Amino acid sequence: MAKTLLLLGGRSDIGLACAHEFAAQGFDIILAARSAEELQTSVKDIEIRHGVKAFAAEFDAEDTAAHCDFYTSLTAKPDVVLYSIGSLGDQKVSENNWSEAEKVISSNYTGAVSIVSIVANDLESRNEGTIIGISSVAGERGRQSNYIYGSAKAGFTTFLAGLRHRLAKTKVNVITVKPGFVETKMTAEMELPKPLTASPERVAKAVYKAYLSRKHTLYSLGIWRQIMFVVRSVPEQIFLKTKL
Amino acid sequence: MRRRTVTNWGNYPIVEAAFTETSRQSEIAALIGGSDEITIRGNGRSYGDASLGDNILSTLRLNKFLDLDLEKGEIECESGVLFSDILDVIVPRGFFLPVTPGTKFITVGGAIGADVHGKNHHKEGGFASHVISFDLVDETGVVRRCSPNENAALFWQTCGGMGLTGLILRARFRLQPIETAFIDQNSIKSANIDAVMKQFADNSSSTYSVAWLDCTARGKSLGRSILQLGEHTKLADLPRQYSADPLRLPPKSGPSIPFNAPAFALNPLTIKSFNTLYFNRQLSERKTSIVHFDPFFYPLDGIRDWNRLYGRNGFVQYQFVLPLDKSEGVVEILEKISRSGEGSPLAVLKLFGKPHPNSFMSFPMEGFTLALDFKVNEKVFGLLDELDEIVMKNNGRIYLAKDARMKPNVFQRGYNDIVPSGRFTSAQAKRLRNTS
Repeated sequence: MAKTLLLLGGRSDIGLACAHEFAAQGFDIILAARSAEELQTSVKDIEIRHGVKAFAAEFDAEDTAAHCDFYTSLTAKPDVVLYSIGSLGDQKVSENNWSEAEKVISSNYTGAVSIVSIVANDLESRNEGTIIGISSVAGERGRQSNYIYGSAKAGFTTFLAGLRHRLAKTKVNVITVKPGFVETKMTAEMELPKPLTASPERVAKAVYKAYLSRKHTLYSLGIWRQIMFVVRSVPEQIFLKTKL
Repeated sequence: MRRRTVTNWGNYPIVEAAFTETSRQSEIAALIGGSDEITIRGNGRSYGDASLGDNILSTLRLNKFLDLDLEKGEIECESGVLFSDILDVIVPRGFFLPVTPGTKFITVGGAIGADVHGKNHHKEGGFASHVISFDLVDETGVVRRCSPNENAALFWQTCGGMGLTGLILRARFRLQPIETAFIDQNSIKSANIDAVMKQFADNSSSTYSVAWLDCTARGKSLGRSILQLGEHTKLADLPRQYSADPLRLPPKSGPSIPFNAPAFALNPLTIKSFNTLYFNRQLSERKTSIVHFDPFFYPLDGIRDWNRLYGRNGFVQYQFVLPLDKSEGVVEILEKISRSGEGSPLAVLKLFGKPHPNSFMSFPMEGFTLALDFKVNEKVFGLLDELDEIVMKNNGRIYLAKDARMKPNVFQRGYNDIVPSGRFTSAQAKRLRNTS
């Protein structure tokens, strides 16, 4: 029987690229997002391209009260669950407007904790499966330019690390993906340095490989592991003088 | 808005443009409605200045398959889907594109906008002849369904209209069934241009035909060629080594040219030795073989970024067609190119059949078409203007998807120009209508 990937964040560019990569390897796909009806084009596209089954499901990361029902009513129990939701928000607006900041935090962190915990309990009881969380290098050190988003991602990264620790005695693997720059809708208006920027398809290939090899943490591109090592190592007195 | 440098396959010319790429229909309609001028762009595989402009809207994120009807052999997809993606989907299921040009890295929207042709033009016409319908966003942002029966005038203005009627959102077209992914290839050596032209006429019943022509050969060898004929291989004829997977796809990605070659890489000497080598590779008059469709249709796609061989200044591709009764004009042009020493390693010769009676915007007409590359330098543009004179004298025309430099009078002599130059425009449209 075909394995199933559940994509939480059915409209995310990285998430969709991963869905295509897993579908190309024979996985059936469940795309979950708000206004599931709008996902129908992607569902059909995945079915035609890869000859697998695909479905759409209604899911709102911020509506944590509905998460349990959402998961139990899924047509198939997933083998791999990918969390790829998280709005970048506007740092300046977030500094002065709690509801904007809250949206960033709930989509990147609290909503993720709610649904991934439900998934983790199920996979733990089945003693199988993989949880993949798309976090960010932005969570590695707070910077003035995006620390609301960064702190939510830091929370998510730490949550995934703890979950991995808890599930280490089972067959369930937890992968934390830390993309650097990726060409997506989120970054469409930014000037990104080419050598440091990956396409969603490239990230997706790396994610599938990480799934196969049961990796724990994936930087994409790999160069970001070194970059973030340097960023983390800069002494605070010097860091405070930078414009990052 | 983000600006970036944009260029097409010839790397000439290069423009700075505001560039938008979106999959959302509402954003597309809003951008079109809110712009004085806008240029529609697919994958940038036209060679010249079509799809270049100050304000570019790319269709590449309109990349979804919408329907595949294996019973009827029809496919529907968004306009930014590449032919290469379509092949990945349809070949394993026993279908092939109805018409394909020499690269698979073009979008469906681009295929309709340029009404692209292939090695089977003499049998199947251009790509547009196989289009069932498409949805077009016009300049007011309204979406209109166009087919040969519905908004027919707009349909035929759009086929070959080079993106000047609007943005194609999605299209539905017919596929052809195949039994295998292979081609029975028959190569015939011809000593000169007269011989190969006769060979084309003698082999008009072949499904696919194209000739590779050595345009550096002179005198009695002028136009010496290898004519390639092809038929889709039947399952019963497939050699046993392929029969385990008759509808296989080609392996992904070949070697690439990593940087622009230095200016001296392509000079008359290297070109000539390359051509001699290519021509002499086949020793016998006739050779038959069974080859995969990928090298048969897309020999240059195997070398990614081959356009970089022409160096930083880029190149122009020159493709013209002359009416059948003016075929001697092809010889005159070939002689001129041969004397100049500016020609590319190879030229491609093809005999077009009768075009679809309604496709009045399209390039093909019944007669011979010749295509070759010219590395951009100070002498080339003068030479091409002289060639244009011969094309005009013979009532021929130049292919807009290749063109970067023809003068407005050449365009007006060659085409029925009825597409209004309104909100949708391009560097090419402005150049050819002298409105820039």
